[in-house]
Amino acid sequence: MDYTALYITLKLAMVTTVVLMILAAPMAYMLAFTAFPGKSLVEALIYLPTALPPTVIGFYLIILMGPKGIAGSAWGSITGGSLLFTFTGIVIASVIYSIPYAVQPMKAAFQKLDRRLLENAYVLGLSRKSAFFRVILPNSLNGIVAASVLVFLHSIGAFGVLMMVGGSMPGETRVASIAIYEAVESMDYHKAGILSLSFIPISYAFLLLVNRLNKDSSNVN
Amino acid sequence: MSINLSIKKKLKFLDIDISFSCPDGKLLVMIGPSGGGKTTIIRMLAGLDKPDEGKILFNNRAWFDSRKGISVPVQKRRLGYVFQDYTLFPHLSLYDNAAFAAYDKKDVDELFELFRISHLRDRKPHMVSGGERQRCAICQAIARRPKALLLDEPFSALDVVTRRGLREELKNLKEKFSFPTIYVTHDINEALYLADEIFPVVDGKADYGWMQRTVARDQSLRAARETRLTLAY
Repeated sequence: MDYTALYITLKLAMVTTVVLMILAAPMAYMLAFTAFPGKSLVEALIYLPTALPPTVIGFYLIILMGPKGIAGSAWGSITGGSLLFTFTGIVIASVIYSIPYAVQPMKAAFQKLDRRLLENAYVLGLSRKSAFFRVILPNSLNGIVAASVLVFLHSIGAFGVLMMVGGSMPGETRVASIAIYEAVESMDYHKAGILSLSFIPISYAFLLLVNRLNKDSSNVN
Repeated sequence: MSINLSIKKKLKFLDIDISFSCPDGKLLVMIGPSGGGKTTIIRMLAGLDKPDEGKILFNNRAWFDSRKGISVPVQKRRLGYVFQDYTLFPHLSLYDNAAFAAYDKKDVDELFELFRISHLRDRKPHMVSGGERQRCAICQAIARRPKALLLDEPFSALDVVTRRGLREELKNLKEKFSFPTIYVTHDINEALYLADEIFPVVDGKADYGWMQRTVARDQSLRAARETRLTLAY
């Protein structure tokens, strides 16, 4: 069994989840609580990865992260290295690919909060930032956990975008989904079967968790 | 300390144009039919909504002045505000709710004794009755040692008996208030029971004849009329 590919997959999913929980929270807050010109355009842009083929996202990321791309050249001048075919590169790709799955449930959880709770927090002297940490977050935990589980699962299942940005470097960018594809290509069905089987209990357990959270959340409300 | 207010605001179906003042230690009841703009007025006073023009002065200091471009944010007005319901933080116990912005935690213990909810201090809001929740909401507002206390129909979601009890508790408590209190209601009995001054608001404007007209129409309010209606004038 290709433990390295499985390890890279889980490591990528975990890093993506942590990064996205931090990045998506302010985006979800902005979409849930603020009004500004062009908000619907920004919202559609955030959700765009769900409506594009992963290879299209991968193609543009190659352009951006390549040695002549904005991100790639900036990264090169800072670190001297490349973004393409590296673990950092696939983390960036995975984060962009999964943004909608983090923002959407968080935004929904924030919107469920009674506005008067926030107003009460402001009346009691809390700044917007303090109200976010002391009132919004503790009362949106189900949505945040649901978002992190969805992002984790979505990252585990990523294939096309990672293939394009990271290729298949063993121990660096070869995730389990790519290892399965390559095993099938080389007719190694035994290896492909074992790796595939390892996905099922993980994904199933996490989905059960999401269902449980949704159920708890609707009971509370 | 006193509140002086003279503001205008255009809403979709209502034009608010109102002036009143509430002195230190007094309880002013703002009364009138639903949809007349009472809640919007009190929200503007709190800083949760902005008037289109006018002035809101607290102790002669401008909280809002459209000409000078002053608008002190809600957080800086240091008010106690009791909403109709559902504004206790669901993830906190009653005690933590009341202590959320308390000036001194000892105040919370005293207030809980006074409102007879000390035995519920560790319960979450969904584990207590509506009356107990509103008692806690009042404790939360007062524990902040506010400059003024605003109550927006705080008992309207409660049953008659609970409402009557809470009304009494508030009346007893208000003798100790050194700050102005503004109480919004559409219930005439409640107004007559609690008020030092009554300020009727109809369609966004002061209408001092409204009380008399309403009481004259409603026989059940005759007793109230005989005793305390003079308050409005």
